[in-house]
Amino acid sequence: MTGAWFPLAALGSSLLAAVLIFMLPERAFRARTLLNLGAAVIKLGVVAWMVWGLRQGREYAVEFPVMEGMSFVLRADALGIMFAGLSSLLWLCTTLYAIGYLEDSPNRKRFFGFFSLCVASTLGISLAGNLFTFLIFYELLTLSTYPLVVHRGTPKALAAGAVYLRFTLSAGLVLMIGMVALHGLVGDIRFGEREILAELGAERHPMLVTIFVALILGLGVKAALVPLHGWLPRAMVAPAPVSALLHAVAVVKAGAFGIVRLVHDVYGIELSHQLGLLHGLVAIATVTILYGSLRALAQQELKPLLAFSTVSQVAYIVLGVGLFGPLGTIAALSHLLHQGLMKITLFFCAGNYAEELGIHRIDDLDGAGRRMPLTSLAFTVGALGMVGLPPVVGFFSKWYLGTGAVQAGMPWVIAVLVASSLLNAAYFLPLLHRLWFRPGPDHGRGEWPGERRLGRFETSGWLLWPTLATAAFSVLAGVLAGMPFSPLEWATRVAIEEYLP
Amino acid sequence: MSAWFGLAASPEAFPPAMMAALSLALLAPPLLGVVAMRFPPRHPAPVVAVALPAITLWLLTAVAAHGGHHAPVSLGALDLQLRLDALSALLLLLTQLLMLASAAYAVGHRQAARIPRRAAAWLWPLLGGLTTSLALIWLAADLLTLYAALELMGLCAVAMMLLPGQADALAAGMRYLLFALVGSLAWLLGVALLLGAWGRLDLAGLSATVEPGPVTWIAVALLSAGLLLKAAIFPLHAWLAPVHGSAWPPVSAIHGALVVKASFFILLQLWLLLIPGQVAGAWVLGGLGSAAVLWGGLLAWRARGLKQVVAFSTVGQLGYLLLAFPLLIGTSEAVAALAWQGTWLQLAGHALAKAAMFMAAGNLLLATGHGGLAELAGTSRRLPLALMTFGIAAVTLMGLPPSAGFTAKWLLLQAALLAGQWPWVLVLALGSLLTAAYVFRVFRYTFVEEAPRHDFRQLPVGMDLIALLLALTALGLGLAADWPLAMLRPGGGEP
Repeated sequence: MTGAWFPLAALGSSLLAAVLIFMLPERAFRARTLLNLGAAVIKLGVVAWMVWGLRQGREYAVEFPVMEGMSFVLRADALGIMFAGLSSLLWLCTTLYAIGYLEDSPNRKRFFGFFSLCVASTLGISLAGNLFTFLIFYELLTLSTYPLVVHRGTPKALAAGAVYLRFTLSAGLVLMIGMVALHGLVGDIRFGEREILAELGAERHPMLVTIFVALILGLGVKAALVPLHGWLPRAMVAPAPVSALLHAVAVVKAGAFGIVRLVHDVYGIELSHQLGLLHGLVAIATVTILYGSLRALAQQELKPLLAFSTVSQVAYIVLGVGLFGPLGTIAALSHLLHQGLMKITLFFCAGNYAEELGIHRIDDLDGAGRRMPLTSLAFTVGALGMVGLPPVVGFFSKWYLGTGAVQAGMPWVIAVLVASSLLNAAYFLPLLHRLWFRPGPDHGRGEWPGERRLGRFETSGWLLWPTLATAAFSVLAGVLAGMPFSPLEWATRVAIEEYLP
Repeated sequence: MSAWFGLAASPEAFPPAMMAALSLALLAPPLLGVVAMRFPPRHPAPVVAVALPAITLWLLTAVAAHGGHHAPVSLGALDLQLRLDALSALLLLLTQLLMLASAAYAVGHRQAARIPRRAAAWLWPLLGGLTTSLALIWLAADLLTLYAALELMGLCAVAMMLLPGQADALAAGMRYLLFALVGSLAWLLGVALLLGAWGRLDLAGLSATVEPGPVTWIAVALLSAGLLLKAAIFPLHAWLAPVHGSAWPPVSAIHGALVVKASFFILLQLWLLLIPGQVAGAWVLGGLGSAAVLWGGLLAWRARGLKQVVAFSTVGQLGYLLLAFPLLIGTSEAVAALAWQGTWLQLAGHALAKAAMFMAAGNLLLATGHGGLAELAGTSRRLPLALMTFGIAAVTLMGLPPSAGFTAKWLLLQAALLAGQWPWVLVLALGSLLTAAYVFRVFRYTFVEEAPRHDFRQLPVGMDLIALLLALTALGLGLAADWPLAMLRPGGGEP
């Protein structure tokens, strides 16, 4: 059973880091930094090892019973390890970024403790082997992100935290009731045991549809599907690394990942199709994509714009899940990773502008490209990726979504994609225009709202390097999309090996 | 049903070793209490060194391996019916662990709160007496012994509440005493009726002979009224919060964790053994429980002081336990098995978490010097450990994973769905949301940053650690639930 140690080690590295960080005194900056980075590197290593091992056909699983007929299961399968890889890679980047971002601010111990806990929950979500285990970490994620959202302790942050809890805790309950009902119907379903539900008689189908709706309601809140998205833009009061983490890896993705698991590993794509559930998913996703883009268009500030863009982009994943056919699946799975890389870059950039120049509003961005060229370059990469321009990875997501739609016999989805890409362009291109082509304070026009010289380069190195790294990943993942272990290649592997008969 | 309470086990005498262990569990606590009164411990270490839980653990493994025992034990002219099965052994273990934790905490608390030594010395024999009375309640299998144990428990609890000696403590304590006496009176009447009608008081015999009819119903109604009053079940909960408002935290911890549960344990036992077919009555109790969940949650949400929040939360959480009645009485075997496990897990989880929460609240109060919620501003920076403990305990109360409260809620939800009893699903969901509302209301105050700085007192780390340990146990019990639950399953304790 050597295979049991790897999932436990991956989970334990961040859990242990959280415990140790809570035990360290507030002023132990060096030790905390060392712990944070050490745990992040170890975890990345363990996950990379598991990726390699899975390719060789090894198994990594651990389980024990919690109650009669119900076990706690951690298992690394191809889909789970894909999400785990994303979260460990981006955790390392975000940790570096957060160390720089929170320099000299109070309550860093609390922040990094819950930050580690949050990442541990994300890893647990990705490695969970059944719905019960998934729920455990899903709720743990809610709890561990709350202190991060209200970190600043301002009335606005506290109010946002209350809204966040109201949404997520209610959703968690609905999810739990749905899972209990499913458990009562057929017992414990391991992810991948699609035949259990498929073999149920037709008289059970109305019940299955009801349970599916309950589960989607529960997952949809975190995935910010319209009309359950209300918490997300408000949660933007959190510090930039938290927003980056919430949007790119943890909370929103946990919801989307849950939907992928539900459709592919519990109900099975064929049963979902047969029950007519996929049409519902496509409809919700379409509404969410268009609504999110329209709202993003109307924003005056940078972070809320990115938040609404997330609402729209995450719905692409749901759209891909809803398209019946391998191409749609590939699109969904690869966009899970692609959106993470691009969105985290954008949030890092937003954080850099805010920290270095005090820019929060869009109209303050004029000419920032001259003052902060590298950050602006990264922002440009992320934004163009979101619009769907090759060679950034966003292009591949949209390409596969489009072809998937044709394959699924829903060509009208292409019209949605075109409309949404135009909308993306409509709110991102003006930003790029402001960054690069409008004269600003560095051209002698006006002043930055709050300039601080944080470092030797255009800003502090802690803030700059992670931003550039994630931007580079976004491009590399696109350029090298055909190589082994690229997100697209891995998604294709998962889709073809696991989900096609 | 009688198999569940270990009464069907053949009435053979306890093996001598087991009898010795049981006597030790019953007699040692008061003796230790008297010793501690004469020589008050200055350090928690000697308290923690008391090895009673180890003996109980041995009893538990013996029972789990060879099945339970149920036998009369003669004390001179008096015949006591004692029973030891996996459930009573587990509850005994829980009681002893919590008592030791509370005693160890009390040592630190006395020093930190600067309570005069003479006043504090009385705590020890009372703790001992309470431990024995609780142990007797878990073990006793006849109504007379139960009555004696219940009275002893009530008196010890009231006396502990009176210990602070301030006017409000006295007033609340006297009110509690009055309620407890009324409860006892109702109980005595019920016992008299049963004795007159059936001529016996041992539970196994009663369960076999009692037939449903007006006399039985009136008797059980009287017994139940007394117990509901003592367990602070809605709408008879008015005495609970004032009592906790002025009591010492270690006392509150024990009271909220165990004392109110003892009455529930007897109540469930009586209903399942004497009137197992009374479905309508069970639904009435379930309805009371639901009202308790909602009303207790609302009161906790609106409470001004930290201790009031915790005390009212007990009212709400006890309501969950009452859902056991409609789920156990008149339902299928599968439903009853789920509800049975869920109920005891909820009881254990809540006991551990509530004790931890009272201790954490006590630490916060001592350190800030104020009892109001608004005074908590800034504590998240200055008193992270106490707050963390409060939070971990709250995870269990909210029923969020991976805590015991979560696993218990899962089992209860599954039972309710399987039985098609939809109202309880709604109650469980609303109760969880209300709990989250009052818990996070507390946290909201602690995250406020621009508060006036108070001088926070430094407390001994031990006080925080004991509470943290209890909270973590409640949290871990959710994933380790299979160990106790396997013993509790019908037939699980049998070979």
